[in-house]
Amino acid sequence: MSQGLAVEARGLQRRFGDTMALDDVSFDVAPGELFGVIGPDGAGKTTLFRILVTLLLPDAGSARVLERDVVRDLWELRRRIGYMPGRFSLYPDLSVAENLGFYAALFDTTVAAARETIAPIWRQLEPFAGRRAGALSGGMKQKLALCCALVHRPEILLLDEPTTGVDAVSRREFWDLLGRLRAKGLPIVVSTPYMDEADLCDRVTLMQRGKLLVTDRPAEIGRRYPRPLLAVRGGSILGLLGILRRFPHAAAVWPFGAALHYTDARAGAAPEGVAAELRAYVASAGLGEVSVEPIAAGIEDAFMWHMAEEAA
Amino acid sequence: MRPILGFVRKETLHLLRDRQTLAILILLPLVQVLIFGFAVRTDVREIPIVVVDPTPDVATLELRERVAASERFRLVAVAPSTRELDSQFQEGSVRQALVLPRDVERRLGRGDTLAVQLLTDGSDPNTGGIMQGYATAVLRRWHADATPAARGLRIEVATRMRFNPTLESAHLFVPGLVAFVLTIVSALMTAISITREKETGTMEMLLVSPIRPAAIVAGKVTPYIALGFVSVLLVLVAARAVFEVPLQGSLLLLLAESGLYIVTSLALGIVISTRAPTQRTAMLAALAGLLMPTLMLSGFIFPLESLPSPLQALSHIVPARWFLVVVRGIMLKGAGLPTLWQETLILAGMTVLLLIAGSRRLTIRLD
Repeated sequence: MSQGLAVEARGLQRRFGDTMALDDVSFDVAPGELFGVIGPDGAGKTTLFRILVTLLLPDAGSARVLERDVVRDLWELRRRIGYMPGRFSLYPDLSVAENLGFYAALFDTTVAAARETIAPIWRQLEPFAGRRAGALSGGMKQKLALCCALVHRPEILLLDEPTTGVDAVSRREFWDLLGRLRAKGLPIVVSTPYMDEADLCDRVTLMQRGKLLVTDRPAEIGRRYPRPLLAVRGGSILGLLGILRRFPHAAAVWPFGAALHYTDARAGAAPEGVAAELRAYVASAGLGEVSVEPIAAGIEDAFMWHMAEEAA
Repeated sequence: MRPILGFVRKETLHLLRDRQTLAILILLPLVQVLIFGFAVRTDVREIPIVVVDPTPDVATLELRERVAASERFRLVAVAPSTRELDSQFQEGSVRQALVLPRDVERRLGRGDTLAVQLLTDGSDPNTGGIMQGYATAVLRRWHADATPAARGLRIEVATRMRFNPTLESAHLFVPGLVAFVLTIVSALMTAISITREKETGTMEMLLVSPIRPAAIVAGKVTPYIALGFVSVLLVLVAARAVFEVPLQGSLLLLLAESGLYIVTSLALGIVISTRAPTQRTAMLAALAGLLMPTLMLSGFIFPLESLPSPLQALSHIVPARWFLVVVRGIMLKGAGLPTLWQETLILAGMTVLLLIAGSRRLTIRLD
């Protein structure tokens, strides 16, 4: 494995008509790193991936993958990159083995030569080797696609939303496989709309409307949450939401499952003090007893915060 | 080489797995030969005819027998008057009527002019003309035999149709059918199969691989070239078995020219597929842009000479037009390359242009 950066994006821009799909995107992926691009649909993740795998040209900026330019060195890169597009891109009328064999041939290699690389995935696929790809479950399809992306033993893996539309168990199994590949030193860039998958990455970047909001280790992104954050439970969530949003110091209140996440506007305020104030405020509004406790911010909190800030 | 072979294998699997399409592609040539052979005949047989004979005598009996004996006609009735004719023509039970004057034998004996009326259903001008021709021929021969001795000077015109002496329409349509079937198999199927990759997103995986666009195309079209040859042979065998269409010239030359036309069609399919975003668009483009001209502007169904001049001019850019000349030449006239080199050259030129146009549009990226 080379010592240089696996991915080096500098000021990438790409426009489709009036839409700015990528707006000044810069980030690095270290060798052997599992890097997550987290963002909702339409954030520009697919455009970013397509530029990195040489399928699209940036309007401005530059990107290097494996220390090669994605525009100039496309033929060399295409041999060395493993890519899994967001849409299911296998041939439904070909069997599992035939699909794999075809992608091996496409890269001028054989399945046998890749045996070791794909072993952990192939073990799960082998019972279905003769089955048509179209008849596989969503999770198995994604594993087959991953297997096909690996069959030419790439030096970097770029996976565009590999777990979208896949059941929870298959998602966990898929991430398990990614962990094993990473353990062998393979750099992986993966995009996902699921915030909970961010914690499985070494580092993530939060993406929204073509811009990267923040790039860091998942734990660090929560820790860097700039305001006191409290979880409020009890009573009717909707009634509570209305009242909390009217609290003079409220910066943001969002429902998170059964709780409300309340962010105070005063950056330096002590969380315990804010909690007491809130309890009193809610009681004065006639909503009775609620539980208020300071919490550590997660990725989703950070995402909401940065999004709101970006919009302001 | 391995990538291209892998591609050929994959395309062949697609073709074999899609049983319905495969069945259609193989049955198509056979069904077309039968349809065109039996249904779309331009030669006419068994014309329902009525002879109106007010005063039957030996001479008119002789004429009636001649009409009845010909396989061109089916003598429906002999009527004394023309009263029924209008309604019979309208309901279509009769398509021709021969109205004789009174006292035919006596007039013939005197050498009088014989005013015979020949009525023909002209709702289809082509067959109408042909029916008229047949009936006139019968009348002429009968008249010549019935008139005792030639008085004065008479000219006998002996006509013979070369290359297709009995005017079998099968001989004319089979070459056109070869072009038609090849256009479907090669152009339409290639266009659909390439756009399918775009539509389902597999094209993205192909593009991101190190395989060059030209190799993708080569791998994709190879199975269709094979299928094209199978179709040609099927048409030829069926035409020969069912309609005894001859092959006067060399089979090898015919196959070589067909090979050229297959590549022309494939190139057309590629050009369509580079522009059409979906299978549906590709299909419509191939149907409207290729199949219609192949049927209408090639001389397959309508003689080129009968087209209005703008369409005649347009027909020059229809590859099937040139291919048709070649196939008809080889099959019916036994012509060889020395007579057909011009058409072959035009076809080859078109193919090269189309291949260039197609390959220029092949992209190495998504946009």
